[in-house]
Amino acid sequence: MITLNIVDLAIAASLVLMLALLSQRMQVHISRQLLVAALRTAIQLTLIGLVLKALFANVHLAWVSLLALFMLLVAGREVMARQERRFTGWWGYAVGTVSMFLSSFAVTVFALIVILGESPWYTPQYAIPLLGMLLGNTMNGIAIAMDRLTHAAWEQRAVIEARLMLGQRWDEAVSEMRRQAIHSGLIPIINAMAAAGVVSLPGMMTGQILAGAPPVEAVKYQILIMFLIAVGTGLGTLAAVTIGSRRLFDERQRLCLQRLREK
Amino acid sequence: MQIKNLRRLMLGPVSLAVDAGECLGISGPSGTGKSLLLRAIADLDPHDGEVLLDGVRCQDLTPVQWRTRVGLLPPESCWWLPRVVDHFHNGLPVPLEVLGLAPAILQEPVLRLSSGEKQRLALLRLLSNHPRVLLLDEPTANLDPANTRRVEAALDEYRRAHSAAVIWVSHDQAQIARVAGRHFRMVKGQLQAQAAEHQA
Repeated sequence: MITLNIVDLAIAASLVLMLALLSQRMQVHISRQLLVAALRTAIQLTLIGLVLKALFANVHLAWVSLLALFMLLVAGREVMARQERRFTGWWGYAVGTVSMFLSSFAVTVFALIVILGESPWYTPQYAIPLLGMLLGNTMNGIAIAMDRLTHAAWEQRAVIEARLMLGQRWDEAVSEMRRQAIHSGLIPIINAMAAAGVVSLPGMMTGQILAGAPPVEAVKYQILIMFLIAVGTGLGTLAAVTIGSRRLFDERQRLCLQRLREK
Repeated sequence: MQIKNLRRLMLGPVSLAVDAGECLGISGPSGTGKSLLLRAIADLDPHDGEVLLDGVRCQDLTPVQWRTRVGLLPPESCWWLPRVVDHFHNGLPVPLEVLGLAPAILQEPVLRLSSGEKQRLALLRLLSNHPRVLLLDEPTANLDPANTRRVEAALDEYRRAHSAAVIWVSHDQAQIARVAGRHFRMVKGQLQAQAAEHQA
């Protein structure tokens, strides 16, 4: 494997800088955002590299759990930040975080124990990358689905209430919106699976190949990951939309849009 | 139906009894709480106080049971499926002709309907639940005089046939005088009984 040195990265960084200058010249006001994001990438990835290095040297369930928890909480915050209208109070944070915990964590632990069978099962070399990929994708699905759900509830409150007035249950009154929200949350991973290998070469597989792994082995891992991501995203999206849509109604099945607030 | 000390922001306390088969009219300028009152009775908004139907409290029934029995007709109707007929599961309570509608309208896409047609169809849709209480919020706002009379007659017929209690909200005092036995006026969230001479 070819190892990279600081000069290699500096060359790539200068390309990003050039892009920023170019967009500045063309008055696309995004260079600042671009540079901040690039800087975050460099800092965050360096830190996680160091953390993983330390973690690999001290394999202990408590340390792995701590990092996993940190990743979950950050992902939860990210889901909340992407909502145009989010739930007030703790709910805004909890709906996404709990759903990701239920889906990503469960699927990761299942895969580690049943499929990979490494000993101990929480070996960080497997556990952390797996969880990271699952969380990242589940986070996207949940964020899209929740945004869609709360947006639809806000836009179509008259329809929801009209259905309640006719004696429909809360879950009947939002059934179409729930379906659409879950659908839109799952579309990215479905598209990714459909295009994998034909249009795009997934990142994990390419990474393994770059690191010198035999392509067929890398492909097997990629297929496993794709399936796990699909299941994790699906379960997480289902959970988030179910919890979220229930939260839109009170115990007398009244639509409570005051539980949403604008960003 | 009995309403005891019904209160919410900008409304009440309202206490009122409507007998089975009675039509009670409420008029008043917009923004005084007429629609809020109907929404609270239908249990669509949180409120204090009690509403009872045949002696049973609202909270002792499930929301579905309550809203099926106490049906609210909002001023603007909403439709969520493509065709009119998709919204009718229990058959038609009243023939379409009674409301001046052609039978073919059931197969029409909702998008092609006029607001007057939608309003009359929404009334039919509500009546197909056979509600014991009708809460009507400007039920003829989008209608011409002939169709207004048809709706008034159909509601009168339904009220008598099913001994339904009706609360009819309208800004049109002449209409209230035609359809309602008792007439209240909503002023700043309070109901005021109207003397008989105002009804003429």
